[in-house]
This record gives sequence, C-alpha cells and structure tokens, in this order.
Amino acid sequence: MRKLIEPNIMQHSPGGVGFSTKHESALKHVTGKAQYVDDIPTLANTLYVATGYSTVPHAKLISVDLSLVKTAPGVIDVITHLDIPGHNEVGPVYGGDPLLAESTVEYVGQPIFAVAATSLTLAKQAVKLAKIDYQKLPADLNIAQALNKQSFVLPTHTMAMGDPDKHIQQAKHTLSGEVYVKGQEHFYLEGQVSQAWPTEDGGIHVLSSTQHPSEIQKLVAEILAIPLHLVVAEVRRMGGAFGGKESQAAALACMAALFAHRLNRPIRYKMPRQDDMIQTGKRHDFLNTWQAGFDDQGKLAGVKFDLAAKCGYSPDLSEGIVDRAMFHADNAYYLNHTQVVGQRCKTHTVSNTAFRGFGGPQGMMAIEALMDDIACHLQQDPLDVRKANLYQLGRDQTHYGQKIEQHVLPDLIQQLETFSDYRARRAQIKAFNQTHSHIKKGIALTPVKFGISFTVKHLNQAGALLTIYTDGTMLISHGGTEMGQGLYTKIQQVVASAFGVSVQRVNVASTRTDKVPNTSPTAASSGTDLNGMAAQNACDIIKSNLIKFAIEHFKEQKISEEDIEFTNDNVTIGDKSLSFPEFIKLAYMNRVPLFAAGHYKTPKIYYNRDTAKGQPFLYYANGASVSEVSLDTLTGEYKVNRVDILHDVGQSLNPAIDIGQIEGGFMQGMGWLTTEELSWGEQGQLISNSPANYKIPTAFDVPEQLRVELYNQKNNEATIHSSKAVGEPPLMLAISVWSALRDACASTTNYQHCPRIDTPATPERVFWALQDCQAFNQQQQESR
Amino acid sequence: MRFTLNNETVETSNSAPDTTLLNFLREQQSLTGTKEGCGSGDCGACTVIVSKEVAGEVRYQAVNSCIYPVESIENQHVITIDKLQDLTQDKGLSSIQTQMVECHGSQCGFCTPGFIMSLIALQTEQNTGVSAYDTKQKVIDAISGNLCRCTGYRPIVEAACEALKKPNQALNIVQTPQKSADSLDYPPATPLTEFFARPTSEDALQAWMQQYPKAQFIAGGTDLMLTVTQQYKPLSQLIDLTHIPSLQQITESETHVDFGAATTYLQLESFAKRHSPVLYQQLLHRLGSRQIRNRGTLGGNICNASPIGDMPPYLLALDAQVELTSSTGSKRLLPITEFFVDYKKTKRNADEYLSKIRIAQSALAQPTQIFKISKRYEDDISAILGVFTLSQSNTMQIAFGGMAAVPIRARQTEAYLAKHKWDPATGFEAHVLQQACDILKEEFSPISDVRASSAYRQGVSANLLKKACWSMLANQTEELSLGVFGHA
Repeated sequence: MRKLIEPNIMQHSPGGVGFSTKHESALKHVTGKAQYVDDIPTLANTLYVATGYSTVPHAKLISVDLSLVKTAPGVIDVITHLDIPGHNEVGPVYGGDPLLAESTVEYVGQPIFAVAATSLTLAKQAVKLAKIDYQKLPADLNIAQALNKQSFVLPTHTMAMGDPDKHIQQAKHTLSGEVYVKGQEHFYLEGQVSQAWPTEDGGIHVLSSTQHPSEIQKLVAEILAIPLHLVVAEVRRMGGAFGGKESQAAALACMAALFAHRLNRPIRYKMPRQDDMIQTGKRHDFLNTWQAGFDDQGKLAGVKFDLAAKCGYSPDLSEGIVDRAMFHADNAYYLNHTQVVGQRCKTHTVSNTAFRGFGGPQGMMAIEALMDDIACHLQQDPLDVRKANLYQLGRDQTHYGQKIEQHVLPDLIQQLETFSDYRARRAQIKAFNQTHSHIKKGIALTPVKFGISFTVKHLNQAGALLTIYTDGTMLISHGGTEMGQGLYTKIQQVVASAFGVSVQRVNVASTRTDKVPNTSPTAASSGTDLNGMAAQNACDIIKSNLIKFAIEHFKEQKISEEDIEFTNDNVTIGDKSLSFPEFIKLAYMNRVPLFAAGHYKTPKIYYNRDTAKGQPFLYYANGASVSEVSLDTLTGEYKVNRVDILHDVGQSLNPAIDIGQIEGGFMQGMGWLTTEELSWGEQGQLISNSPANYKIPTAFDVPEQLRVELYNQKNNEATIHSSKAVGEPPLMLAISVWSALRDACASTTNYQHCPRIDTPATPERVFWALQDCQAFNQQQQESR
Repeated sequence: MRFTLNNETVETSNSAPDTTLLNFLREQQSLTGTKEGCGSGDCGACTVIVSKEVAGEVRYQAVNSCIYPVESIENQHVITIDKLQDLTQDKGLSSIQTQMVECHGSQCGFCTPGFIMSLIALQTEQNTGVSAYDTKQKVIDAISGNLCRCTGYRPIVEAACEALKKPNQALNIVQTPQKSADSLDYPPATPLTEFFARPTSEDALQAWMQQYPKAQFIAGGTDLMLTVTQQYKPLSQLIDLTHIPSLQQITESETHVDFGAATTYLQLESFAKRHSPVLYQQLLHRLGSRQIRNRGTLGGNICNASPIGDMPPYLLALDAQVELTSSTGSKRLLPITEFFVDYKKTKRNADEYLSKIRIAQSALAQPTQIFKISKRYEDDISAILGVFTLSQSNTMQIAFGGMAAVPIRARQTEAYLAKHKWDPATGFEAHVLQQACDILKEEFSPISDVRASSAYRQGVSANLLKKACWSMLANQTEELSLGVFGHA
C-alpha cells in the first residue's frame, strides 16, 4: 500500500477523559467558520418557505382563499394539507399535530398553508395576501378555564404512597398553598431551520437543526409516504436547543422535504425569530397547589400536590413532562405519606414542549415554596427545615417506589453551608435589614436532586459507529447531537482514552441516520451517558479484535492480554512498542476489522404506569446553591449579589465543560424565574413575541460573585467513567434566587409572613409581594 | 456605492435601498460568519465593526448589521469575523479569540462571532480600564447587546478581561476610501423611484426634501429598519441623516448646549460623563445596548414620539427646546413640552426636520434624579421612566415615560408641590410628599401591557417621587438604590 504522509498533530497533550479539553469546535466558533444549517452555501434554484397561520385561537376554517398568494411575485408553489401525499402529522408520541391545519385551527400561529418562493422576503410578503374566513369557536386560554371544563390532552395520572389525608389531618401543623409558575421561551440563538433536497431515488436528504434526527427521518418518510431507507436526516451542530428542537424541529424539516419532493428543488425553511416565538412550543406553565402536615421540626408527615400543566392544544411530549414534574415533586425530600396528581390541561395555545428539566423544575417549585412556608410558620431557618426533610438512610423511599441509594445531598449541603459561610451571612443579613428601611437583603440555600434516564424505557439506548483508518485516525459517529453542551468533545475524549491516543486523532462525524439508525433524542441529560457508553462499546469491540490479533501476531513473545498497553499514542506489546498508526497499519495488513458498531441500553430501569411504581431512574444528579439578593422596596427591583454552587457530576469527564453546563444552566434558570416573562393577549396571541419584550439575562445580570465547585464523588452506578449527567440539573439551582427574593420580602414583616411570589419574579411581582407584606403588617397592628 | 470590507473594496450596485448589511454580507458576499439571531437588533449575533469619522478621528464601533442599511456605509470600513485573522499583525488569532477558546467562552458557538466583534471594538477603541473592576465594567458594557443562552457569560467576561490585560493589539487596517460617482449627495437630475440619499449638508438635505417630500428620514435606523426586517415592508425612498456634520455636533455656549438631532447616544454618553453624570449613571449606560447606542440618535428618539422613549422625559423635565427646520431652510424653536401632541404625533410638519435640541446650562446643573424601571436592567424598554429635577427656584419638575400616550410632565403634581416649600435639608414635609404621591397616582391612567400593569405603573411612579425627593436631600446617607452601577 501507498505510504501515508506522517501526521504531525499527535504530539500534544492527550486531552482524554478527565481533562478540561477545549470544545471540539471552539476554534471554528471564534473564527466564524463553524457552519450552521443557514450557513451551508445555497444550492442553485433553492427556494425559501414561509407559512400562513391562524390569527385566532380556535375556529372552523370556512374558506381559505390563496389566489393572491399564488400570483404574488417570486411565489413558485403554495400548499395546503390537501397536498400532503402521506400522513399529515408531525407529533412525536400521540400525534395530534398536523403539519398544516385541516378543518379547524386550535391556536394563534397554527400553520394553514405554506409558500415556497425565490426569497424569504417574497415568501413572507406573499403569505400576507391570503384571505381566510374563520367561524370562531370557544377557546380555553389558560389553566383555570381548562380545569373548569376538565379539558385535558391526556388522562390525569396519580402517584401515591401511604395515607396522606390521615397523616396531614393528624399532623401538629398544617399548611396549604399555591404557586403559579410561568413557562419559558427557549430562545436558542439559532432559530429553527431546515434544508432539504431530493435524491436520485425519490428520497430526501434533510439537514435539520434538531435534537432528534431519527424522528425527523420518520416523520419526513410518513409525510411523503416513502420508506425510511430513502430518507437521511443529518445534523452537525445546533446553535442552542434546550429541548426546543426535540419535537419542534420536525415541522420545518417536513415542510422543506415536502416542497423538495414536489418541486424537485432544494428548499430552505428558516423561521424568522418572531415566527419561531409564535409558532413553536415553550416550557409549560404550571399551577401547583398543596396541602401539607408536619411536626415541630418541620418534618413532613404527609403532603398532597396538585400539579396542573398548560399543555397547549396537543399532547406533544406532555405525558413525559408532567410525569417528570410529578417524579420531582419531592425534589430532595422524603415526603412520607404522599399523593401527587398531574393534570394535563388542554388550552388553545401553541403546544408546550420539552425545555431543559422537562417539567422537573416546575414540579420542584411547589415543594421549595412549601419548605420556605414551613420555616416561616415555625420561625426556623429555612435551611434547617430543608435539612430535616432530606432523604437519608431509613427515609429513602420515593413516592414512585424507587429507593434512594446514594445519599449525596446531606454531605454536599453541609460542605456548601461552610463553603458559602451561610450561617454568618444569614446573621449579617438580618442585621443589615434591621438597620436599612429601603434596601432589604435575602438569602436562601436550595438543593436539587434530578433523576437521570428517559422515563420512556425504550429511549434508553444508543448506538455508535467507530471507524479507524490506516493512518491511525478515527472517525466516530453516534446517535447524539451537538447543541453546544460538549457531547462531541466528551465522545472524542472517551474514544481517545479507550485507545490511549490524543484527542486530535479522533474526529466526531456529523450525526446522520444512515450512520447510526433508530436513535433517541439528545435529551433528558442523557446524551453522554448513552452515546458515551455506545462509543465505549464500539471501542471495546475493535480493541478486543486488536488485542487478539497482537497476541497471535507476536506469539513468539508469549504474551497475554495484560501485556498489551495502549498509552501515549503507542501500543506496547510485551517489550515491543509501536506507534498507534504503525500498529493500526499492521492490523490492516493482517486483515483485522477496523470498524465496529457499539450499542448500549441502560440497565435496571422500569416504571409501571398502572401502579405508578418502579425505578424510572438509574441514578440521581445532585447539587445545591446559595443565593443572596438585595431589593429596592420602593420599586421591587433587585440584584443578585452572590451565588455559591456545589454540584455533583460524579467523576467529571471534562471539568470545564461541566462547569459551563452548571453556570449556563443556572443563568438560564435564573432568567426563567426572574426576567423572562411570557405574556399572552386576550385573543390567545403571544404578545411577548420578540427579544424586544422577552428578556433573557445579559452579562450584567450575572451575580457579582459566582462561585461554582464540583462535588467530587464517583457515580455508584456503572456509567461512562463513573460520571453523571449534567445538562438539565443545574437549571434548578436557580430556585435559590427566587427563594432568596421571598426571604428578602419576608424580612419586611420581621419574617412573620413569607409572601407568595409567582414566577417570573419580575420587579412588578416583587413589588406586589412587598405590598402583600405591608398589608400583613397592617393587619397585625390592627389585631393587636 | 463603495466601501471597504475587510481591507477590500466592494461595490453595491443592485441593492435595494433598504438592504441590510447582514443580508449583503451573507447573501451577496457569502460571508456567513456573521449570524442572524433575531433580525431586530436585540441579540447581537450579527455584530460587525463599522468605522466612523468622529471629529476628524476614525473610530471603530460595534453595530447590529441586521438593522444597518448597507447603503449608509459609503466610504466607510466594515470588519467582519470572517476575515478578522487577515487583519491581525501575524495573521493569527486575535487575543480575544485566543482567550475565548482558552476560557471555554463558546458552547453552541452561534453568538460567538458577535461577542468577538463587540470585544474587538472595545479593544480597538480603548485600552484597559484603570483597574480590574473598571475593565470588567467596560467589558460588560461592550457586550450589553450580545445575548448568550448557553454559557451564562462568566467565561466570556473572563476571556475579555484576560485579553485586555495585554497591550492593545492594533489591527492592520487598510482603508481604501474613495467616494463613488453616484454618492447621492444632492438629488440627480433624473427622477428616481427608489433611492438611498446621502446628503452631506443641510442644504443638500433640503434639496432632497423639496424634490421628494414623501421620502423618509433615516438616522441610526434602529427602529425604522424593523419595518423591513420584521414586517417585510420595503422602504424605497430614504434620506440618510448621518453624513451631515452640522446635525451631529454638540455646541456649548455659556447659557445652553445645542445637540444636533443626529447626535448619537455614544456622543451623548461622553458629553454626559463630563456635564451630567446622573444622565450617564442613571440612564444612558442602560439605554438600549452598546450597539444601539453607537447608532441610535437623540433626534430619532424624539421624532419617533414613542410614549416609552427614554430621552423625552429627561428633556421634558429640563424644559429643553427643539429646533425644526423646513425644506426651505426656515427655522422655529419650540419648547419640547409642546412638541408631543398625541400617540406618535408631534408638532413637526411633514416638510420639516428636527435640526437641534437645546438644553439650558442651568438646567443641566440642577439636582436631577432619573429612574428607569424595566424587567431587565440592560437593553430593555422602560415600563416606566421617571425624571425629577429641582429647578433653581426649588420647584420640582417631573416627567414620565410609560404613563400616558405621550411622554408627559406631571403638571398636577408639580402644581401641588409648587405651593409647598422645599427645604434642602429635609425636603418636603412628610404629609406634603404623601399628598403629592396620592395626586400623582391619580394624575395618569397608564395602560397595562407586556411590560407592566397599570396598577404597578401608578404605584411605582408615586414611590419614585419619594425616592427622588429623599435622594436629593443634602444629608441623605441611607442607601436608596441598589448601587448596581458604581462608576461613571
């Protein structure tokens, strides 16, 4: 064979597992060379898509007159649902999400027809020319209306343990309460986008900014009524996703594919930001109510939670999302006698969807509110009430039957308490509040315990395809997608470490359904857990072939498996040492297979929905945070002064990437609970429909002091290099900011009253909470 | 029309007048390093650097290319992420880029080019701050218009601070300034149906106005361009006001200061730092974003006549005057308190342009408090903006944005307070202040909208009066604000 050019990139640091290796695309990011779907050079004859959508929340379509649309400049094709050759459906689990509306529309923004034109501007101008007559139908626009009508997208589910009614009734203290938790817009910086072009055998190749290429492949095939093997879905990277590109990317890919198929031309469908905000789902609003009984220490005797979610008009992923809210109604605490009821309210609004935490954050908000209420009621430090209720040996049974095996939080919280100087600062803050009448401070420590695994069992599997080339470089394909979270980097590290080579030797290929089939979405924080293990499995297969070959080939050395080492880009076989490329070349010449497909399925997990019991999670990721805030009692404005975080990622695969996930998750959670407010008009239209009026945090909002540390402890379960998932859990660390705001407000009543603050806790909501405190003070004075 | 793009001369010939710089870069130049995140100047993913001559000196400023009309760039210089390496001395990564990699400042990477350009602009414009704290504040200011949804910003700020520790890295900038023949200073003899006029004098401006009375003025374009990018409505006849030196001058006399109508917030910031620190500290540094303040103009904020514009309440409280000039050159000066007529309606006639804003020196020297209330601290539209100033005769003048259909003076509250004595040590008597707050709560009927409820606006406006009065007391010692912004 031809002699290969000696590569010179392999001399450097190994960068494998455990190193803070740079993001594999970092250099491309900072030079503008990283390509996103809209950056792919346009093919000749590319057309651009826009959709015409409903302006009313619920109506029968009386007539759809598109004559002016069809003759508008630049318009090549206009379609309605009648032009769909296959199944008019882009819903992920239960269906109910037509690509284009048929006889009725069920939310403002629902696509009714679509246009392909020679430019995006012409397409957008054309859709405005449609004349649509609606016969309006009654619309339920909020949770209260849906509950009133008992209108749900899926049946109500209940999880229970013991006899809560009895134990609440018999408890020394009881409290009930309510909190409304608003949803959240994903605001990935790269909006939804897809490009499709026809292939020579009647199929489609689609590039999509999606977390779930296999589902794109399936839905495109079903829309076009063609078999799956004619469709390739591909994604190299996303400009952020956060759950918003799990099911929501499908409509764009299907629409682009549909036009590409009809017109035999390349099609690009990029949603302008405003369309994206109006037409795609968001985090669910939840109305959480509870009743609880507890003892003098604040320990729960029993608790009942009602979690009602605003699902929008269709099921989408709401089954799993509300289940996860219910699974996390305990957060980190032993609930004792419990009942958790989850309701999936149908509203005539866009169908809400996955968002980092997948219902978990909303579920936790109820119990964290309750912890603060109990502390106020008993006049204790909220931290002591939280600590008293933590899961521990003997109090380790969750309300869904899973036993907590690894008790991380008691020690983690103790460490954080010291690390953050919580007690001394609590005292300082109390003193500050006594001497300041306008500015008030608050502090709170809240934990997070987050279950890791998809709660839908079959999704807990992954595949990978590893190929080693004769120059000793490797290409790894896997089922996970890169949205910025560093999955590709971690996979690169896992593969490099398996062969003891530097990470530069490993390239991670774009995710394609023709490389690794039948993949699960990159979601539920599971990307690295699943795909890392699948990649490891592929490495193990090739490695075992290589070892077998070496033992045979160097048999005069009389070596066994233990005498073969893969380290520092070398392979040592007994007293012989070869560079990795030399060894690979030798293996090739001796006809050893240098590619393998790996697979992984998560062990142990199951959940029986009929009994609402099981072990839905392989393990839990844990963390805790302390937040300190100051607020202006005249206006409700506030500032987060300091945040300390200690977070459990098991044995970190890449500390820098993990800290990036923790900080980024925290800030995103803080945005959700503070400045980011979804507002809806009386006609069901989204009025916070642009970044001009939907405000995600800026650099200024980052706490002046932000300290983040990793809690150093291996995962007890056999995960990839004993690491733990990190994508979602840190978002919920931000609950301490909201809790600290309540604490600061409560200080105006000398901590006698902890006011309800629905979220987001905008300056306005804090202002009203302060008025509530003033009213409380007045009442106390009057009753005295 | 010609300009320099990354050290090469480019020409636009077939562009529509309202073509954005972003679309020009991505679609006509295949430079896709610059990203579109929102198309409305709110996210900064599209940030590029544009040169501008200010007082004979070429300055490099970060701007939102998504709302920047490419036709306005004639004879200027644009730097984008794509060719940044060509401009560094050793054709390597700039220190900002290196540190962004080192500090793990990118995750999904989509916002990264915008951040890099904002930070390169900061690096080019000014050396490091006087202290680590000062440097950090400058970095936060420089990226106030850049949104990142992944990192939580800490590593980006850290990367910038690290890079700024090193000596200023000069970019190897080669500008090839050469005006094209069709510079459209004056209207050409043959009538045009669509154009982007670039008058360089008020005389030329008036000539365009006479010939094309229906043409629209554009200055920073930070609001007008949304017509194109959000509503997909073309703007076919535009007259650019940013190439007329007399409209961008700040002239000081003993009695007053005149601001040309196209004075940018950037210019205003450096003026305010010297002459009215309160305007800088309590308003300008958080009005819009760095990119918006580099482009947006005082005159645009006034003529837009939005009820929630941030500058009008300040000007109303200070009894500023506005000068309107007609297409024939005749001028009239009127108090800004008479300028706003109704929602988005002003006293400016169709054949007039706003030429000047005049503020008395004495007004600038008055004790003044400005409070901007919004959901987010930086780059957010005000729910309420309150301005309180104590005139030389010790009467309180109060103006609000967000409380009515126009920016407005609180005349009833002022009238009540005028009847009571202000004591520099103790302010108004407590019952007087309370009564004034009660009057203020009733004086306006603000609407409830996406930014705030009517009740909150009423409640907070009254509290702001208290806060203003207490803040103005000579012996005020207790902290009344969060102290979120510590330096000028």
